[in-house]
Amino acid sequence: MNLSARIGPLTLKNPLIAASGCFGYGTEYADLVDLSSLGGIAVKGLFLTEREGHPPPRIVETPAGMLNAIGLQGIGVHRFIDEKMPELRARGAVVIVNICGTTLQEYVELAKILSDVEGVAALELNISCPNIKEGGITFGCSLNGTADVVSAVRKITRLPVIPKLTPNVTDISSIAKAAEDAGADAVSLVNTFLAMAIDVETRRPRLSNIVGGLSGPAIRPIAVRMVYECRQKIRIPIIGMGGISTASDVLEFMIAGASAVQVGTANFIDPLIWPKLLDGLHSYGERYQVQNISDLVGSIDTSAREKEWISS
Amino acid sequence: MISAPAAIYLPVVPLDLVAEVLSNTHLASDYNVLALAAPGIAERSLPGQFVMVKAGDAIEPLLRRPFSVFEVLKDHGRIVGLSLLSKRIGPSTRLLFDSKPGDLVRCLGPLGRPFAPIAPPDEGWLVAGGVGLAPFATLAETLRARNVRVKLYYGARRAAELFYVDAFERMGVELVLTTEDGSLGERGRITVPLERDLQARSGAGNVTIYACGPEAMLAAVAKLADASGTACQVSVERVMGCGVGGCYSCVIPIKTPGGGWHHVRSCLSGPVFRGDEIKW
Repeated sequence: MNLSARIGPLTLKNPLIAASGCFGYGTEYADLVDLSSLGGIAVKGLFLTEREGHPPPRIVETPAGMLNAIGLQGIGVHRFIDEKMPELRARGAVVIVNICGTTLQEYVELAKILSDVEGVAALELNISCPNIKEGGITFGCSLNGTADVVSAVRKITRLPVIPKLTPNVTDISSIAKAAEDAGADAVSLVNTFLAMAIDVETRRPRLSNIVGGLSGPAIRPIAVRMVYECRQKIRIPIIGMGGISTASDVLEFMIAGASAVQVGTANFIDPLIWPKLLDGLHSYGERYQVQNISDLVGSIDTSAREKEWISS
Repeated sequence: MISAPAAIYLPVVPLDLVAEVLSNTHLASDYNVLALAAPGIAERSLPGQFVMVKAGDAIEPLLRRPFSVFEVLKDHGRIVGLSLLSKRIGPSTRLLFDSKPGDLVRCLGPLGRPFAPIAPPDEGWLVAGGVGLAPFATLAETLRARNVRVKLYYGARRAAELFYVDAFERMGVELVLTTEDGSLGERGRITVPLERDLQARSGAGNVTIYACGPEAMLAAVAKLADASGTACQVSVERVMGCGVGGCYSCVIPIKTPGGGWHHVRSCLSGPVFRGDEIKW
């Protein structure tokens, strides 16, 4: 099966992208994974400047999932370009840079800086991190805020612009539509679900930030539904994510309407997951004689069910 | 040694093995030593390094958990696996506690920066609290093989929770034991005899303290080391998501020049740090 995936002007060799915040800057995994074997790497969210993030504890496990409140600790865009990009280029990684601003101007500034950097394949606009108070999610929670960031960045870069959407809204498909109308090349969804966990023995929150974002298999059915809803409403490609751990999960998102997917939490459990997912996609392609994985995108069959003949 | 590609970012390229449980020895109420058939990881591991472990393939518990390599297991001189010293405190450690020989455990490692070993005439003083004993079996072995004089300061709540004392004695390690209830050794915390001995010390070589245990103990030991001008390496345990630098959950504040601090990932920059570089 031909695994190539089209994300607007970008063609990825396969639909598997490492999710931002779950794969460091990519270089951390260079000893473990052939970085060029991935469709892309969405690097950890970058601000203009370095940030220390929240104090620990920053993660806690919950049923079939985990909460995180890292607080976007990061080295800032300039150090990223100087210290990480040369290695990522040398290893043939397709780099999607996730950018975060506290103001519209910061997004624009980041986009300008990165537009001139060799090897940057696309910009993912983080307007959905639930763990920082300023900027970010305040844009992503409103139609106008989303449109403002997307169109401002759109104006100053030729790189594909991919806003990453939050599920913590009433209707994610209307946000996706606002992003499309503002000139986004694609949307990625979903970021984590705002959540919390409390230690009843001490009555203390389990995260220093009190609240955090829920990821992992627990959120997958909701994320699939959101991809499906957005597919009905927009024409630009969707990068789907939320709890993907197996090739079957990848296919579920694609059949719901995602052109590519991101894998995050599962990579923590199995950093060598990538070739396993690729193998699983290929064997599905053989089983159903699918020539191009892109033929599966949005191929969900919602026609009336016929009664199945079940032999006993 | 099996030949391995050179690591660029990690101390060694880790292996991810689905390891069979060789044995599971229950020590006291909540403690067990789990032997895993992971010779490839055992061969490459250095004292102080850790593995990321997950019992079974279920999505609950979801994440792996970090464990120091406790012992490198040998059979007729050949390395056959490694063991973990675990305390049952939650769902993951309960699964490990209940494991049976033949069960499969996912094991990724070795990971992290190891202890820096010393050489004679310097002395190594190992300070362990509870399951913080885990990295010291291999460290003591390494140091004793170099003819370094080794003392183990080992504290626990009660006598039944002081493990493998005989094994350390057989290596020629001097023991200083404390229990909180006084059931074995001196009653109280392990930092009491440590402080006394640091003050009374007179010898040809310098002392390096190696510490592993609860963070409050590590902070106290680092403070004693500082006050007496003693070198000190501590192995910290923070909540870890991935063990390889991807998630940024296991950070610890490290002092920076000018009185500031900076969060570093204990999986990559640690788990072993100099006691005086951490902002406690």
